[in-house]
Amino acid sequence: MTENSERRVVSVIVVNEASVLSRITNLFSGRGYNITSLTVAPIPDSKYSRLTIVTSGSVRVIEQITKQLHKLIPVLRVYEHADLVEKEMALIKFPITENIGDINTLCEAYNGKIVNSGENVIIAMVADEPKRVSNFLEAIKRYNPKEIVRSGAVALER
Amino acid sequence: MQISGAQMVIEAFIAEGVDTVFGYPGGAIMNVYDEIYKQDGFQHILNRHEQASIHAAEGYAKASGKVGVAMITSGPGFTNAVTGLADAYMDSVPLVVVSGQVPMSLIGTDGFQEIDAIGISRPCTKHNYLVTDAADLPRVLKEAFYIARSGRPGPVHVDIPKDVTAQIAEFNYDIELELETYKPHVKGNPRQIRKAMEAIAKSKRPLFYLGGGIINANAAYEVRELVHKTGIPAVETLMARGVLAHDDDLLIDMLGMHGSYAANMAMSETDLVIGLGARFDDRVTGKLSEFAKNADVIHVDIDPASISKLVNADYPIVGDVKNVVNEMLEQVDKIHSEKYELWRETISNFAELHPLTFHEDTDRIKPQWVVKRVGELLGDSANISTDVGQHQMWAAQFYPFSRPNQWITSGGLGTMGFGFPAAIGVKAACPDKISINFTGDGSILMNVQELMTAVEKKIPVINIILNNNFLGMVRQWQTLFYDKRHSETDLSVQPDFVKLSEAFGGIGYRVKTKEEFDAALKDAVEKNVVTFIEVIVERFENVMPMVPSGGSLFNMMLLEKKETK
Repeated sequence: MTENSERRVVSVIVVNEASVLSRITNLFSGRGYNITSLTVAPIPDSKYSRLTIVTSGSVRVIEQITKQLHKLIPVLRVYEHADLVEKEMALIKFPITENIGDINTLCEAYNGKIVNSGENVIIAMVADEPKRVSNFLEAIKRYNPKEIVRSGAVALER
Repeated sequence: MQISGAQMVIEAFIAEGVDTVFGYPGGAIMNVYDEIYKQDGFQHILNRHEQASIHAAEGYAKASGKVGVAMITSGPGFTNAVTGLADAYMDSVPLVVVSGQVPMSLIGTDGFQEIDAIGISRPCTKHNYLVTDAADLPRVLKEAFYIARSGRPGPVHVDIPKDVTAQIAEFNYDIELELETYKPHVKGNPRQIRKAMEAIAKSKRPLFYLGGGIINANAAYEVRELVHKTGIPAVETLMARGVLAHDDDLLIDMLGMHGSYAANMAMSETDLVIGLGARFDDRVTGKLSEFAKNADVIHVDIDPASISKLVNADYPIVGDVKNVVNEMLEQVDKIHSEKYELWRETISNFAELHPLTFHEDTDRIKPQWVVKRVGELLGDSANISTDVGQHQMWAAQFYPFSRPNQWITSGGLGTMGFGFPAAIGVKAACPDKISINFTGDGSILMNVQELMTAVEKKIPVINIILNNNFLGMVRQWQTLFYDKRHSETDLSVQPDFVKLSEAFGGIGYRVKTKEEFDAALKDAVEKNVVTFIEVIVERFENVMPMVPSGGSLFNMMLLEKKETK
């Protein structure tokens, strides 16, 4: 991908049936497209699921991605978002010996809080725009996080 | 009615009007074969390899315009068929392929002859299904046929576990399909069509670029009318041979890597490409940045993903090419044929400067002569299949095609071994036409076992083996681009092709002169049994013109200038 590569969020509405996810991921790997993150969950009270895929590529590649996705038989709709609200969640495990007050304060600045505490570790949660989640993860490095899990982005058109 | 899954397959085929099924039985598909034994709604042709079954179904589909049907078993039966599925997918051939699968209770246990068939067929089919309940079968089979033939056609694979074929359930084929997520766009946008017609009217050097989609859409005669009414010259892709008749004044041959000088120059000089059902394949465009550099592009295609994939379309029209061309015909009075007189003259000059021809300058028969000669002798009375390689390009360049569905070749995937089984399918679809397969001494050995199929079912395919004792196309590239290092392409060690055919019960001829060839072909046509005509041809003949891979269309290697006949 030599042309200008851009980050894009694509939402896909698919029939909720066996092997539909592999149809989507096969298409990306088979045609050499990137997947930065992918989330999928059923749409309530329907036979459909919604996937949110964060990808990157030139304008031509992104256009092909949406067209090729649409070609798959179980795909109902493909949205390539321009104006969207995007959120991502992250869970972070810290040693109990770290400064819990500081961590809590930081979490709050990113729509989060401490959600669990145990004998040896605490678990914190934040939910924010993917870029801000990245910033947060940068900021908490000094508190020696033991494990980090990101959910991948979900998005809705404004 | 309450019937078994296996019976449902038979009933669905009959309801779809299937008259021929190509296949090969095995453990997991036995219940269905048991029902095939009991029925007389369609004939079953037993190929001797599953790959051949799929190619035969492709040949049948391409020649008849109907959906081809094949049936295979699980595991190795299925994996053998994968090349055929991929071939059909690349060339948009409508197929329904039913495979057996191990019983549901064994799926995922590495059972005998188990393989994740739909996992493998996913990237090489238009769609596929694993049927886990016989109650779903009527809907799945009906969808499979519909999806295979509608929109951009393609192969659909239905994998059925053995216990599902034994399961009894309600069969009702008279159902409305509810494919909410699959609605092919068949009608072109009228505004876009109007704009395209205005662009054509304004252009000075427009060029029709005709693709195989026209044949899929059964639109060749509409396209002929459009070409004639506009007076705009046309080039054809490999897959579009036969859309225009060979003697049409407005046809400037095939374009692309082995296209004619005139066709490639016309594409390089045009100011408006009118692409109909073609996909700007790399073998057509050469170097993309130099392709039709000064032209705007009208692109009509049923598949939106084909439009602006490689070459940006200024006038994209998504729709069935037949509908779109019919709409264009309604506005054809906007276009004045006289306007392109100079352009037509320019193109004739290209054709005069470097005509598509060959030199008869050796004692040996030239392979191109064989193709031309078959054309002279059989012309419209034959359907022409090919394998893949030099012989395929010569057949495309020199056979005088006169109608759509006459030309059956493996374009996108380029599958050696395609030709013979495809020609069997072609003959099954069109028994009144002679079925010729142009092949090479390399290709014919991939699927040579189909001699048995042809003998058993009395399918008189005439295989014309252009024997140069080389894997000719690879040898050509080695000669031209690898400093004549002919690595593993010398096929001097060969079977006796005549005896080989005879061993199966066919007939064979080895010919070295033109007279012998004429006599052999005449004899083969009369005898009406499967035939090998091995023609000893010039060993080092190259396919010319040639656009080296990645080069610009206008930079062709050309036939040396000599006295030509």
